[in-house]
Amino acid sequence: MTRRAAIVAGNRTPFVRAGRRYAQVSAQDLLVAALDGLVARCGLAGERLGEVVAGAVLKHSRDLNLTREAVLSTALDAATPAYDVQQACATGLETAVLLANKIALGQVESGIAGGADSASDAPIALDDRLRRVLLDLSRARTPAARLAALSRLRPGQLRPVPPRNAEPRTGLSMGEHAARTAAAWEVSRQAQDELALASHRNLAAAYERGFLDDLLTPYLGVRRDDLLRPDTSLEKLAALPPVFGRDLEQPATMTAGNSTPLTDGAAVVLLASDEWAAQHRLPVLAHLVDAETAAVDHVHGEGLLTAPVWAVPRLLQRNGLTLDDLDVVEVHEAFASTVLATLAAWEDEEFCRDRLGLEKPLGSVDRARLNPVGSSLATGHPFAATGARILATTAKLLAERGGGRALISICAAGGQGIAALVEA
Amino acid sequence: MPNLPKVPNPLGQDPYGAFVRSGPGALLAARAGLPRPPRLRRFEPGQELLTGPALVVELAGATRSAQVAGWLREAGARVLDDLAAAGEDRLGAVVVEATGVRRVAELAALREQLAPAFARTAPSGRVVLLTGLPQEFPDPEARAVQRGLEGFARSLGKEARGGTTVNLLRVATGAGTALRSALEFLCSARSAFVDGQPLVVGPGVPVPARERRVAVVTGAAQGIGAACAEVLARSGHHVVCVDVAAAGERLAAVANRVHGSTLHLDVTADDAPARLADHLAVRFDGADVVVHNAGVTRDRSFVKLDAAAWDAVLGVNLLAPLRLTAGLLERTGALAPGARLVCLSSINGVAGAKGQTNYATSKAGLVGMVEALAAPLAERGMAVNAVAPGFVETPMTAAMPPVPREVGRRASSLLQGGLPVDVAEAVAWLAQPDAAGIDGQVLRVCGQSVLGA
Repeated sequence: MTRRAAIVAGNRTPFVRAGRRYAQVSAQDLLVAALDGLVARCGLAGERLGEVVAGAVLKHSRDLNLTREAVLSTALDAATPAYDVQQACATGLETAVLLANKIALGQVESGIAGGADSASDAPIALDDRLRRVLLDLSRARTPAARLAALSRLRPGQLRPVPPRNAEPRTGLSMGEHAARTAAAWEVSRQAQDELALASHRNLAAAYERGFLDDLLTPYLGVRRDDLLRPDTSLEKLAALPPVFGRDLEQPATMTAGNSTPLTDGAAVVLLASDEWAAQHRLPVLAHLVDAETAAVDHVHGEGLLTAPVWAVPRLLQRNGLTLDDLDVVEVHEAFASTVLATLAAWEDEEFCRDRLGLEKPLGSVDRARLNPVGSSLATGHPFAATGARILATTAKLLAERGGGRALISICAAGGQGIAALVEA
Repeated sequence: MPNLPKVPNPLGQDPYGAFVRSGPGALLAARAGLPRPPRLRRFEPGQELLTGPALVVELAGATRSAQVAGWLREAGARVLDDLAAAGEDRLGAVVVEATGVRRVAELAALREQLAPAFARTAPSGRVVLLTGLPQEFPDPEARAVQRGLEGFARSLGKEARGGTTVNLLRVATGAGTALRSALEFLCSARSAFVDGQPLVVGPGVPVPARERRVAVVTGAAQGIGAACAEVLARSGHHVVCVDVAAAGERLAAVANRVHGSTLHLDVTADDAPARLADHLAVRFDGADVVVHNAGVTRDRSFVKLDAAAWDAVLGVNLLAPLRLTAGLLERTGALAPGARLVCLSSINGVAGAKGQTNYATSKAGLVGMVEALAAPLAERGMAVNAVAPGFVETPMTAAMPPVPREVGRRASSLLQGGLPVDVAEAVAWLAQPDAAGIDGQVLRVCGQSVLGA
């Protein structure tokens, strides 16, 4: 058995709805804040770590070295190398898997993984026709050629192009894709609202008992996730109008209450070898044991966010486990319907046999073990930050219960998904 | 850059002080007879102990003059044989060895020898009187003389100009390393705002310092707590910076600046003592220094004070240090051998303050806690003391109404508010291993405030 990477500590900024309290800061600022909070918590100022790996989904071209630039602004030794990774919403967990693998191989002893996203700081692009005019202008050598290039300039080309929240190959937004999957699995509005309510209640209770005290550092005066609604109710959630799937035959079920909005925030997690953690007198919360990524062909009919449906059985099978062997199951709540469709797929005999190639259904997830301290519906979902948030939360949940085994499942754009096993 | 709270600029906080230290301001203040707060010399790395030569004034029966002169020389000071040797130089320090004085008549030498030297002290000069511990003298005249020296020192402090301080050490029989340590502290720029104070130097054996000493500071996110973290880190401690989770952003900045670490902890929480004890034992093999600094104010006149304002102040300022200390003492390994505890009291606790019945109760209460814990802790080789700041330029005093704030600043011999670092220097000195022998006491850092003196 190779070495396993220890999950030592986590930190994140409070997550905030896009355009609000973090509207004036960049993804890099957020990443620096999350890193510095972690460095402070673990006493790592001036320390050289093996590496820092992080990413952002909404990324400016100027941020080509986002993580390295962030590291240079932190209290870490500037001799700590860094690199960026991008795998849509799987980014945060994928960075941790890459780092854990390096630790397992003995290539590094310690490092920080994570991600940051600011939908407020999303890159605004120039019209592509304008770009071509400007390029031709810069290449023009004669006044006539310059004039010819300039003559193609049109006022309409000066309109900035905001980033698209749609899948490039289908033109559908993530919510519309999720609505189609929800309809296919007949996920009810009430079940979605119940899941959202549980998420808010569980997260509020976690804050109350101080569970987040060593997982979060306030930023710009924000102390809690601003999406959290401790006082929400089924009635309030039921009153919200549907926003996705309104063009489908079935009744639209997805609302602003059971979907995650655009969110700003950053999250990071410290991974290390057991030896490094012991040398630094840092208690180990849990170990990152194994991980599996999957992808589906969402262009030709598969549900865009269903890749974890495939990743999880493969991961469990490789480790000789079933859903019953798990003490905590963290399924990223991109949309309540995504979680519910995923659970439904694993319970469906026909689907498990025909599509997943299993002899019998993968099984049911005990709801008491599902997202026990809330998930993205209550915290919000800054795309690249979510993986590190969930990994640190999961590790602490296991440490708190004195051991156990946990599964993490995160869906991502592009028909991808990632699953990971954590043990303590 | 995110708009982080700015570190307060002391000059900007005391505009009057800044103005009268300027050329035209100084002239105007001198003409008008207005108070002219001196610029105090403060610690800088690599700094000389004194700004000029030192003189040891020897009174009748003195036994420690040569020893004191030797210590000062080893600390880099030029020690004069007599005042004449000073030439044109102004004196950096005058140490009066008065431990052997027993008769009223012998005090006359004080006037004859100290007065000309006192007149020659440099800006931010130092006068330190070594006396006996009055309680050790059964003879009425001897005790009267020794006790009288305290009134003398306090009066001289009020006459001193230019940032010169006057302090007094009551040297108990069997006084150990702390005498040298106290003398060096009171002569150095580290004691810039310690003035007119008596301190008992008792016996005490320093515990060998661990390779990496660990200090805990509660309420470390800002003000005096943040300054304590800085100064303790400067003297080689890993500082565990403790504050409520809500202050985490500033706390992280402080901890990273001093290469320490953070612990989000509400000191009033039921499980706070256990959590802190566990953290210190598991992560650090125990703390060498614990600074109970976390404090809040909820000022109201007594009859208007509601239960919440009373409970919040008593809970954070008094009950939490009591419970945390008990929890740390209970848990094996939470405190390192020879651990030092320092409580942040306040001269408002000593003297009382209008609208602060709750606050003064809590801060005077800490003095009681220190007195009661001193003996049992001494048995375990540990020590506990209180530091009582006077008017200090902190976010807390910045929030005061302008008139009381200005009065508070000027109502001391040094005619100005202290800085958080002044309090932190005193805390860090009490935390030093060689300060063993300073125990169960209250050290005021108040520029010889007129309050409660």
